[in-house]
Amino acid sequence: MMPQEVSEIRMLIARHKRWDVVFGILGLVCLALGLMTFVTLFVDMLLDGYNRLTPEFFTSFPSRRSGQAGILSAWIGTTLVMLVTAVVAVPLGVAAGIYLEEYAPSNWVTHIIEINISNLAGVPSIVYGLLALGLFVYEFGLGQSIATAGLTLALLILPVVIVATREAIRAIPGAIREAAYALGATKWQVVQGHILPYSTGGILTGVIIGMARAIGETAPIITVGALTFIAFLPPSPVGSEFPFLSFEWLMSPFTVMPIQIFNWTSRPDPAFQANAAAAGFILVFMTLAMNGLAIWLRLRIRRNIKW
Amino acid sequence: MSGTASPTLDHPMSPSASRLGHRASRHFKEKIIELILFSAALVSVFTTAGIVYILVSESVVFFQHVPLTSFLFDTQWTPLFDDAHFGIMVLMSGTLVSSAVALLVAIPLGTVIAIYLSEFAGPRLRELAKPTLELLSGVPTIVYGYFALLFVTPLLQKIFPELPGFNLLSAGLVMGIMIIPTVSSLAEDAMRAVPMSLREGSYAMGATRFQTAVKVVVPAAFSGIMAGYILGISRAVGETMILAVAAGMQPNLTWNPLEPAATITAFIVQVALGDLPHGSVGYQTIFAAGLTLMLLTLVFNIIGYWLRHKYRERY
Repeated sequence: MMPQEVSEIRMLIARHKRWDVVFGILGLVCLALGLMTFVTLFVDMLLDGYNRLTPEFFTSFPSRRSGQAGILSAWIGTTLVMLVTAVVAVPLGVAAGIYLEEYAPSNWVTHIIEINISNLAGVPSIVYGLLALGLFVYEFGLGQSIATAGLTLALLILPVVIVATREAIRAIPGAIREAAYALGATKWQVVQGHILPYSTGGILTGVIIGMARAIGETAPIITVGALTFIAFLPPSPVGSEFPFLSFEWLMSPFTVMPIQIFNWTSRPDPAFQANAAAAGFILVFMTLAMNGLAIWLRLRIRRNIKW
Repeated sequence: MSGTASPTLDHPMSPSASRLGHRASRHFKEKIIELILFSAALVSVFTTAGIVYILVSESVVFFQHVPLTSFLFDTQWTPLFDDAHFGIMVLMSGTLVSSAVALLVAIPLGTVIAIYLSEFAGPRLRELAKPTLELLSGVPTIVYGYFALLFVTPLLQKIFPELPGFNLLSAGLVMGIMIIPTVSSLAEDAMRAVPMSLREGSYAMGATRFQTAVKVVVPAAFSGIMAGYILGISRAVGETMILAVAAGMQPNLTWNPLEPAATITAFIVQVALGDLPHGSVGYQTIFAAGLTLMLLTLVFNIIGYWLRHKYRERY
C-alpha cells in the first residue's frame, strides 16, 4: 500500500470519528436542554410566587382581593378527589392486573381486554371529561361533585395501575407459584399469600405515578364542570353524631388545585398571576415528591429482592 | 387428585362428606373470586364502550341540526352566536399547527436523546437521565400553560416584537418539551432491544459508533421508534391546558404559528367553563368536537400501525 493511501485512510477514519464526538456533544446538549427547561420552570414559579408562600395562603379561601386569596378550598378539594380516585382505581386496577396475569386464558376476550388497555392509555384526557359529563353527571345523576371527579380520574389512571401491577407480578419467578401449588394451595391462596405480597412494592410505585398524574389533571375536571370560585368547604366526613361518618362530601361542589391555578392564570392582573405561580409551585413540588418517592421505591425494590 | 378416591386406598377412613363439602365450597369460592377479578378487568372495556357511546350518541343529535358538509367545509366557527357556523376546520387548524410545532421540537430532540442514551451514554448516566427526563412529562400541564404564557411568550416577544400575548408558537414549543420523554423513552427501549450481534457486525466492518447507531440500530428499531412518535402525536393533539392558557380561545382559521387560535380541546374547555344547558346544540357541539379529536388520533394511530408493520424487522 502506498504511504499516501494510508494517510488518506487515516484521515477518513479521523473524519468519521469526529462525528462520534459531535454527536456525543449534541446528545448531551439535547439532554441538558430538556433538564434546563425543567429547572427554569421550577425556579420561575418559585421566584414569581415566593412572596405568596405564607401559611395564610394555605388557610384562606379564594378572594376577589389577590393579597387575601388562598388555596384552602383547592387543596382540600384535591385531597378528597384523590381519596375517591385511589379508593376506586387501586382495587380495580390491581384486580384487573391479577386477572390478566394469573387467571386469564389466552383467548380473544383476553386479547380484546389487553388491546383495549393499551389503547386507553393514548386517549386524550379531555375525552374522559366528556365521558364523565355525559355519563356520571347526567346519566347517573352524580352532578358536578367530588364523586364525579374522583371516578373520572380513577378511570383515567386505571391503565397505569393495571400495567404496573402486571409488570410487578410478571417479575415473580414461576418457581414460587409452583412451590405453592405443589403444597395444595388454590389459585387465590397463591395470589393472596405470595403474588400480592411480593408485588406490593411494584404496585405501589405504579399507584404513586398514577396519582401524581391525576393530581395535575385539569382538563377532564373542567369538562365535568367544576366551579372555579369556591369559598366554602365540603361537609366534613367525620360528624359528632352517630354514625360519626358522613358521605355527604361526595356530592359536594368542589374545586381543585389545577383549576384554581387556571382561574388565577387567566386573569390579567399580575397579582393574581403571582398566586397562580405560588399554587403552581406547590403542585409541581407535590408531583415531584411523588415521582421521587416512586423512583426511590423502585430502586429499593430492585436492590432488596433476591429470588 | 380426584375427590372420589377408591375406598381400598382410603381404608380404614372413607372420604367423609364434610371433606368433600369443603372441597366443593373451596372450588365455589375460587370461581367467585375469578369472576370478581374478571369483572374488574372488564371495566376498561366498558370505559371504551362508554366513551364511544357518549361521543357518538350526542354527535348523532348534533348532526341532525348541522349538516356534515357545513361541519367539514365551513370556514367559520361561531357555535354560540345567533348566526351559528360550525366549521371544524377552524379548530382543526389550531390543533394541527400547534401539534406540528410541538413535534418539530419533540421528534428531533427525543430521537437524538434516545440515540445518545442507548448508544453513547454510559450505564450510570442512563440510569440517572431516564427518570429525570420522565419528570418533564410529570409536570401538570396547567403549570406548563402558566410557563408558556408568562415566561416563554415574553421571551419570544424579544425575538418577534409583534407577537401577540396568546400564540400557538409558545404553546407548541412548551408542549414539545413536555412530549420529549414520551418519544425518547419508547425509542430508547426499541433501540436497546436491538440484538448486540447487529452492532458487533457493524463494528467488525469498521463502522464508527455514530455510523452504527444511524445506519444499523435506528433502522432496526424503526417500528418501536415510530410507536414513540405516534404516542407523541396523540399527546400533542389531545393536549388541552397549555393551549387553553397560552394560545387563547379565539377561533381563528390560520396556518401561522405566530397567531392566536383556539384548538378543538381549548374549545371544549371554553364551553365547559360557561353555563350551557344540557341538551342544547351548544352542549352537543363539544361532543362532536370530542369525536373529531378521537377520530384524528385514530387516523394517526392507524398510519402508525401501518408504518410499523411495513418497516418491522425480525431477527
